[in-house]
Amino acid sequence: MFETPSAHMRKRRRADAIFKILCFGAAGIGVLLLITFLVKIWTDGVGRLSLDFIRDPLSTRPGRTGIWPAIVGSFYVMMLTACTAVPIGIAAAVYLEEFNSKRNRLVDFIQLNIANLAGVPSIVYGLLGLAVFVRWFALGQSIIAGALTMSLLILPMVIIVTQEALKAVPKSYREGSLALGSTKWQSIRHQVLPNAAPGILTGIILALSRAIGETAPLIVVGAASLVTQLPSGLSDRYTVLPIQIFDWANESRKGFNEAAATAIIVLIVVLLALNSLAIFLRARAQKRAI
Amino acid sequence: MASVPTSVSAFSAGVKRGLTARGVSETVVKWISFSCALLCVVTTFGIIAVLLSQAIPFFQKVSPIEFFTGREWAPTRNPASFGILPLIAGTLMITVGAGIIAIPIGLLSAIFLTEYAHPKLRAVLKPALEILAGIPTVVYGYFGLFFISPIIQKIFPEAQKANALSGMVVVGIMILPLVSSLCEDALAAVPRALREGAYGLGATKREVVQKIVVPAALSGVMASFILALSRALGETMAVALAAGSNPVLTADPTKAIQTMTAYIVSTSKGDAAAGSIKYQSLFAVGVTLFVFTLAMNLLAQRLVKKFRQVYA
Repeated sequence: MFETPSAHMRKRRRADAIFKILCFGAAGIGVLLLITFLVKIWTDGVGRLSLDFIRDPLSTRPGRTGIWPAIVGSFYVMMLTACTAVPIGIAAAVYLEEFNSKRNRLVDFIQLNIANLAGVPSIVYGLLGLAVFVRWFALGQSIIAGALTMSLLILPMVIIVTQEALKAVPKSYREGSLALGSTKWQSIRHQVLPNAAPGILTGIILALSRAIGETAPLIVVGAASLVTQLPSGLSDRYTVLPIQIFDWANESRKGFNEAAATAIIVLIVVLLALNSLAIFLRARAQKRAI
Repeated sequence: MASVPTSVSAFSAGVKRGLTARGVSETVVKWISFSCALLCVVTTFGIIAVLLSQAIPFFQKVSPIEFFTGREWAPTRNPASFGILPLIAGTLMITVGAGIIAIPIGLLSAIFLTEYAHPKLRAVLKPALEILAGIPTVVYGYFGLFFISPIIQKIFPEAQKANALSGMVVVGIMILPLVSSLCEDALAAVPRALREGAYGLGATKREVVQKIVVPAALSGVMASFILALSRALGETMAVALAAGSNPVLTADPTKAIQTMTAYIVSTSKGDAAAGSIKYQSLFAVGVTLFVFTLAMNLLAQRLVKKFRQVYA
């Protein structure tokens, strides 16, 4: 009954085994790289990590510098970015998904634009911000110019995730609400948006966490690298965490390179915290849906 | 009693025409949300208008022929020379190098995740790739400069501290999760029946993957490659740190080079005065970069559309 496999069959099986190992190796590289990353950053930066490093002002002396102004700057820029991009993004998604579900040409065109904008390199947004917000609106190298540039950058992402969340709300919710005599906007406000909220929130947190790590456009719109005073208003000069990391990594003095690694640890901890929050919210929303 | 239905229908007609309070708020909300959606179109045209408004005066001073065929990029020298070829060559070198690293590894890992991996193993591998995708690009730059470059300098002792090779490796790692997750989506969309048909004919798993699943998902897989390459093309901070800022036309990957994006970052940092030729050169380089990425993105979208038509 059981014949010994032919030479041809053995060859095919061997090729199979090799291919499987190759695929496994490729998939393992991701984990391996992540571990190498974290270990490298940790060994480089842990020496400087302390509460003083987080709360001290910036300094030209590598041994004494802290990152507090950069943290404050990042916080201001993010808050302002969220305040502009989130309402606009949600409103745009509501229009595209709810008010105009008949896919006409205009909606197709807007959709195409969003897809393309999501693929435009971030530095091009920096050039847009430099010409429009910094020079034309004469906002100068201020927090508000940086935040507006950042809002345009994450807007396509916010719209796309909100659309996904809105699509996931069952059609029967809308129909039930409309059948009871509510208007379109009433059914959106009281039924669709509350049900899509966890999904929208998750997407927004992920979009903002991308914006926190984004550096290039802010350099172009003129975030400074050495800010001695904390920004007191929206039109003040500012710096953000990733720019500080970039400058310190580019420094020739070893002490600054170390400080860069420590700042990276702080940045990654913040991002991991935000990502865990997003995952937690998603899991809770899924549980409720079932 | 007979008047009630008429008043109700008059009311609903009023709602429709926007004459009642409900109707007014309905119309207002619709128009506000419409203008928000329109902002995306405005942004697109804004980008094109801004880039052109500064690039056109630039091309009046520097002829486009000189710009696109010149082999020397020296904007600060007197007399300045604006030949973009070194920047384009640097950008393409990083993009191609990153693609050579990320495309095979990304595709193979996507195959492993969709076809081979046990759910428990998947639960470890997938989040690792997701975290890798969420790491800011400036951190990749640090990693390239202080981890990969020293390794390269050990292998090639004459290599510079920042060099093109370390830029390629680091950008390759950066786009790896993107390739992997997009390929995974494409492979997962291939109908089960195709696989089972091949198994039924006695094919081994590798044969099913190589001869049925990947060819069936080819346009989606290609789209993921193009999207990842376009990300590599527009990548800024990682290459600005790891690949250096030395605009030379060289094929030697152990030398420092400069990409289009790195030029924009390094020059705008130095506060180029508005209206100066240096300021305008930022936008001329920006236009070139924008055209490159737009072409790649449109191509990827067409491929994805084709893919959806086949299996939707």
